[in-house]
Amino acid sequence: MSAGNMRLTLKVWRQSNTDTQGGFESYNLDGVSPDMSFLEMFDILNEQLIEESKEPVAFDHDCREGICGSCSMFINGQPHGPLKGVTTCQLHMRTFKDGDTITVEPWRSGAFPVIKDLVVDRDGFDRIISAGGFVSVNTGNAQDANNLPIAKEDADDAFSAAACIGCGACVAACKNASAMLFVSAKISQLALLPQGQAERSIRAEKMVAQMDAEGFGNCTNTHACSAECPKEISFENIARMNREYLGAKVSSKVV
Amino acid sequence: MATSSRLDARIPQGSLEDKWEKYKSSVPLVNPSNKRNIEVIVVGTGLAGASAAATLAEMGYKVKAFCFQDSPRRAHSIAAQGGINAAKNYQNDGDSVHRLFYDTIKGGDYRSREANVHRLAEVSGNIIDQCVAQGVPFAREYGGLLSNRSFGGVQVQRTFYAAGQTGQQLLLGAYSGLQRQVGMGTITMYNRHEMLDVVKIDGKCRGIIARNLITGELERHSAHAVLLCTGGYGNVFYLSTNAMGSNVTAAWKAHKRGAFFANPCFTQIHPTCIPVSGEHQSKLTLMSESLRNDGRIWVPKKQNDTRAGIAIPEEERDYYLERRYPAFGNLVPRDIASRAAKERCDAGYGVGSSKLAVFLDFSAAFHRYGQGEANKNNVTNAPESQILEWGKAVVKEKYGNLFDMYKQITGEDPYEVPMRIYPAVHYTMGGLWVDYNLMTTVPGLYSLGEANFSDHGANRLGASALMQGLADGYFVIPITVGAYLAGEIRTGHISTDHEAFVNTEKEVKERIEKLISIQGKTSPELFHRRLGKIMWDKCGMARNEKGLKEAIAEIRALREEFWSDVKVMGKIGDFNPELDKANRVADFIELGELMCIDALTRNESCGGHFREEYQTEEGEALRDDENFMFVSAWEHIANEKWELHKEDLIYDNIKIAQRSYK
Repeated sequence: MSAGNMRLTLKVWRQSNTDTQGGFESYNLDGVSPDMSFLEMFDILNEQLIEESKEPVAFDHDCREGICGSCSMFINGQPHGPLKGVTTCQLHMRTFKDGDTITVEPWRSGAFPVIKDLVVDRDGFDRIISAGGFVSVNTGNAQDANNLPIAKEDADDAFSAAACIGCGACVAACKNASAMLFVSAKISQLALLPQGQAERSIRAEKMVAQMDAEGFGNCTNTHACSAECPKEISFENIARMNREYLGAKVSSKVV
Repeated sequence: MATSSRLDARIPQGSLEDKWEKYKSSVPLVNPSNKRNIEVIVVGTGLAGASAAATLAEMGYKVKAFCFQDSPRRAHSIAAQGGINAAKNYQNDGDSVHRLFYDTIKGGDYRSREANVHRLAEVSGNIIDQCVAQGVPFAREYGGLLSNRSFGGVQVQRTFYAAGQTGQQLLLGAYSGLQRQVGMGTITMYNRHEMLDVVKIDGKCRGIIARNLITGELERHSAHAVLLCTGGYGNVFYLSTNAMGSNVTAAWKAHKRGAFFANPCFTQIHPTCIPVSGEHQSKLTLMSESLRNDGRIWVPKKQNDTRAGIAIPEEERDYYLERRYPAFGNLVPRDIASRAAKERCDAGYGVGSSKLAVFLDFSAAFHRYGQGEANKNNVTNAPESQILEWGKAVVKEKYGNLFDMYKQITGEDPYEVPMRIYPAVHYTMGGLWVDYNLMTTVPGLYSLGEANFSDHGANRLGASALMQGLADGYFVIPITVGAYLAGEIRTGHISTDHEAFVNTEKEVKERIEKLISIQGKTSPELFHRRLGKIMWDKCGMARNEKGLKEAIAEIRALREEFWSDVKVMGKIGDFNPELDKANRVADFIELGELMCIDALTRNESCGGHFREEYQTEEGEALRDDENFMFVSAWEHIANEKWELHKEDLIYDNIKIAQRSYK
């Protein structure tokens, strides 16, 4: 229950809206406890700003338990900060030292325009899923769930890919702003399962086409995406996606 | 007692087992060409909302879906951890539709409606089929078949799961179905939109007023039916396991437009959450109930024992759940496990620096699983350290993400020391009153999932929230909404120029202007925190008459203060999370008062509602079936004024008993 005694300097990106130019503002913050999460530290900053009748910093957040994928801070040059496998909301201040200066920016990518301060528009991800990230099965059409056994290994691999939270850290980490880790995770999940086979080829083609249309960049194999992914989604998914895509293109029916 | 004439649950005739089947084959239908001209609004995109929107669109209705998050995939169903129940009997342990029905009614302490619960149990199996067909990667056994585990209040294994991320996988399944329809143009998705009112024309719900959270503009949307799938109101307590944005606003606006609010005092306090660490805390994090499959809960036998958990020898530990409830042990239902933890801590046996925590210990499980691995590999002389190593690997596969989360938040490694846990607000059984069709008391306005009150009585069993959300969305509403919409085929498109839309939008606009014009001294966050403290102290795990009366007076004063001293920064026509929060907190304050009134009126203890005046000698909840076997449905009359309507609960198929898990 110790009262916080860390002092920090925060350099935070402030931007009124998509069409205005933004810039960094510096804030001094006292009374930070090492047990606070990074977002709770921002709550304190915002209360301080309100006290001073200044507008609080806008940032996306919701579940604060690392699963909804809302939070999206670029902290000291790394998406979700310095720890591996941790979202911003699960990053705790004990990771930092008293007296630190911390720089916080939004995700940077042309395909993720800034809405305000640290909030970006990630609608492109939804549109990529709409293009093919599903199994076309209407409610009521399913057979008994145990009629089709699935090898545990395949189910586990599919689950590992499906653990993606859609936060966009992969895009923010990539120098090309590539979304291939996100897209490949969904393609892999469904390619690994028998239920995904019927639409396997067309899914790969359509999702990749939508990814390109959104303006995400290409992959140049730096592996920054999987290194920074808070759910540690494997880079292997990108290799699988490339195989799926090439296979699909050979027999393409898409015109 | 007699059910209020204002409440008609529209329960179909016939035997319990036949009701739903007969209903389905006799409910009016809307033909495909008419469906194309009928519009349905779905508010909220969690399990209930996403599954309803996708299914209704597949059937041919024109759907508009709304969520306040930046993507429908982020709704808080995503955070559900442990699993989803279904009466598949894949484990051959005697499960059946009747047993799931019975467990749910008993678990709810005989305060839920038989017909609804039976239907839920009937469709539960189809949910698993549907999810698997969508590519939901449930946990499987080596033979390739689906795996199950146990949850509280149940003696069979009927819970399907995907590690500790079942909600995520189920929601992403429903979300993929929704996005598929968005791609086909049958659903129009409005993300970053918050519903701020219901529009009624001639007594029927005809649409909503929503705020575009990016531009701040108010929008009018009309429809022939509106489905509120907006989740629960646990955040009235400020600290809860809910997401920061989870709120009651949509349901509350519906309530103020005529939808009765049922059993608001029935809230679920979940026994296994990470304890509060300090004043800065913004939310609490659940440690899944599935952990109670393998973890043992204990406190020291000695009061005020300050030794570390691992330093306390076996014979000085009190496994109080196993001691008090030998039949169910650590897997008693949530309300019982929570109260038992509170009882031990209040009596001075709590652990950790705050003394408001008990241990959840896996050391026995490490040993048991490690020994199992040794047996599997024919190793007879492995040292204990090796056995524990193997056991930890097995536990990691089952609950790895939960252990990681615990370590991240507390800074302690639960593979080495027992977890510290304490109860926290998690779920709300109460919600908008609905009939068998899931329609509220406002024609054309429906409520699904946690937002309604219908299936869990006074206490929800673990892994049943996911089941209910998906049952309502995939299998119930697509059928029942036809009963109403069949009468709407001649209505045609509803114009948003109607004066009801104009007037409602004006009221919403005036409230927003008022909020921002006050410019007092206190932020919405601080008001929320104060409300939460009143609610937790006086309407939390234990309630009494004196405390509830005090709470009502304090909440009224808080409300007055809020409307004269709130300080909302930023502008109206802008992206403004402070304004969103102020709107939500204002509604939470009103709800808090009604919760206390409901708790004060219900002079009995049942499930999560524990009135200290009504308990057995052993400290168990003491129901009063003679006087309180009813649903409390509250009608909003005016500010701080409600009228109670009662719906009698009739049990024709279950023998009512004192709930016992001993």
